[in-house]
Amino acid sequence: MLYDALIGPFADFGFMRRALVASLALSMGGSAIGVFLILRRMTLMGDALAHALLPGAALGFLLGGLSLPAMSLGGFVAGMATALASGAIARFTRMREDATFGAAYLTSLALGVMIVSFRGSAVDLMNILFGAILAVDNTALCLVAATTTLTLVGLAAIYRPLVVECFNPGFLAAMGVRGALYHYLFLALAVLNMVAAFQALGTLMALGLMLLPAVAASFWAREVWSMTAIAMPMAFLSAAIGLLVSFHAGLPSGPVIVLVASLFFLGSLLLGSRASVRARLSHATHLRG
Amino acid sequence: MNAALRLVDVTVSYDRHPAVHHISVDIPAGEMTAIVGPNGAGKSTLLKALLGLAPRVEGRIECAARRIAYLPQQAEIDRTFPISVFDTVLLGRWGRFGGFGAAGPADLHDARHAIEAVGLAGFERRPIDTLSVGQFQRVLFARLLLQDADLVLLDEPFAAIDAKTVGDLMEVIKRWHAEKRTVVAVLHDLDQVRREFPNSLLLARELVDAGPTPRVLSAENLLRARAMAEAWDEHAGACEVPVRLSA
Repeated sequence: MLYDALIGPFADFGFMRRALVASLALSMGGSAIGVFLILRRMTLMGDALAHALLPGAALGFLLGGLSLPAMSLGGFVAGMATALASGAIARFTRMREDATFGAAYLTSLALGVMIVSFRGSAVDLMNILFGAILAVDNTALCLVAATTTLTLVGLAAIYRPLVVECFNPGFLAAMGVRGALYHYLFLALAVLNMVAAFQALGTLMALGLMLLPAVAASFWAREVWSMTAIAMPMAFLSAAIGLLVSFHAGLPSGPVIVLVASLFFLGSLLLGSRASVRARLSHATHLRG
Repeated sequence: MNAALRLVDVTVSYDRHPAVHHISVDIPAGEMTAIVGPNGAGKSTLLKALLGLAPRVEGRIECAARRIAYLPQQAEIDRTFPISVFDTVLLGRWGRFGGFGAAGPADLHDARHAIEAVGLAGFERRPIDTLSVGQFQRVLFARLLLQDADLVLLDEPFAAIDAKTVGDLMEVIKRWHAEKRTVVAVLHDLDQVRREFPNSLLLARELVDAGPTPRVLSAENLLRARAMAEAWDEHAGACEVPVRLSA
């Protein structure tokens, strides 16, 4: 009974196993990226960036059909172009970067939907917007695994400059370090993860497995490493539970996975050990000093 | 006079409006110099220009210091960031281990020592978002201690800080002075400047006066500084004074 509910689907179906492995890889790389997105106060900008992948992916689709490498490359190029362009516009004109990001991603999204409609069917558009984690094949699996490896190694390498750039950029500048370099390296890793996630969750929800567990973790931990360590298993559990629920209930997997991650967020919001509703409402007596 | 810093006809501007306008001045080595002036007088901008962090600098800045340490205004730091007191202080040794090297036992020892020296022993593992403004300023001073610089630039080190903390941190500054380091501080408390800082530089976008504090902070100079700072012209034409570009 329990076996049928929890293990059977993965034991019996190859596509479920591949989806599970892809989720594991996405969770590990993505939640680390998500923690830094929060610390850099870029959660909404990250979301905008994920939408900005669309025209590139769509162009890849137009030229190569439903070929993952073509769509991924296109998405990565479009994402990086958006990030670099809005950063450059913000610096050049002193317009705030969130405003330029907003303008850039809306342009991208509209452009992307239009390009897909040139050739694709509504089903293709739905796949690109909302993903199809059950259709993950070996190529996609390799792509996701490579992305995660690169992300974890890359983040470890630039960890210290990135942390200081988040918390005291002026200090880094005074030390003669170009903080912008690490900012853009981080953005490149973030875009790479969004590209990896978009096959599974689509461009609209690519950030779901990155941000929700990271936000949830911030209700439990107060260091960068412990936030990441809590966010990773939450992300993977969300994906695993979401896959099972969608399998048994016949629901689309992407939204279910993201909704399970939302449940983790809600639970943490209510019960977390710091800054949560419980922490606010608890009437424990104050400490002596 | 031996100058730690020499400014020759320095102009720093934002959007073409000069925040610091045609300043030439020497800042003496091994002395404590206060930079005073009304809000918007260009004090912080001048410090940023000395560090090479200002957007557009004309003129020439000569610096004899090997190592410069800089205390930013607290508003420039994300105080909610999840990092411990010890790690923040240890960053003072960035010059030694950079972005990728490991901190040695000597660095760890010195960091503990610096935290004790600013009166925060026992706070090492505390996250910085649990500290008061005064305690956090002590953390930043400990980081400055670790930087072991011969020129220390302080931007409003005592803004919104209680008397006890000001007293303790002033002792740290005096120790730097005794060690022949050059200290330059942007300050607003004129009584404190008269009491503690032998040299001053009075700024109101242009240099009003620089030299011994009693002379610089005369009533007449202060009045003049206020009048000059208020004369901001939104529609100013281009400056007529010829500008020498930095070499």
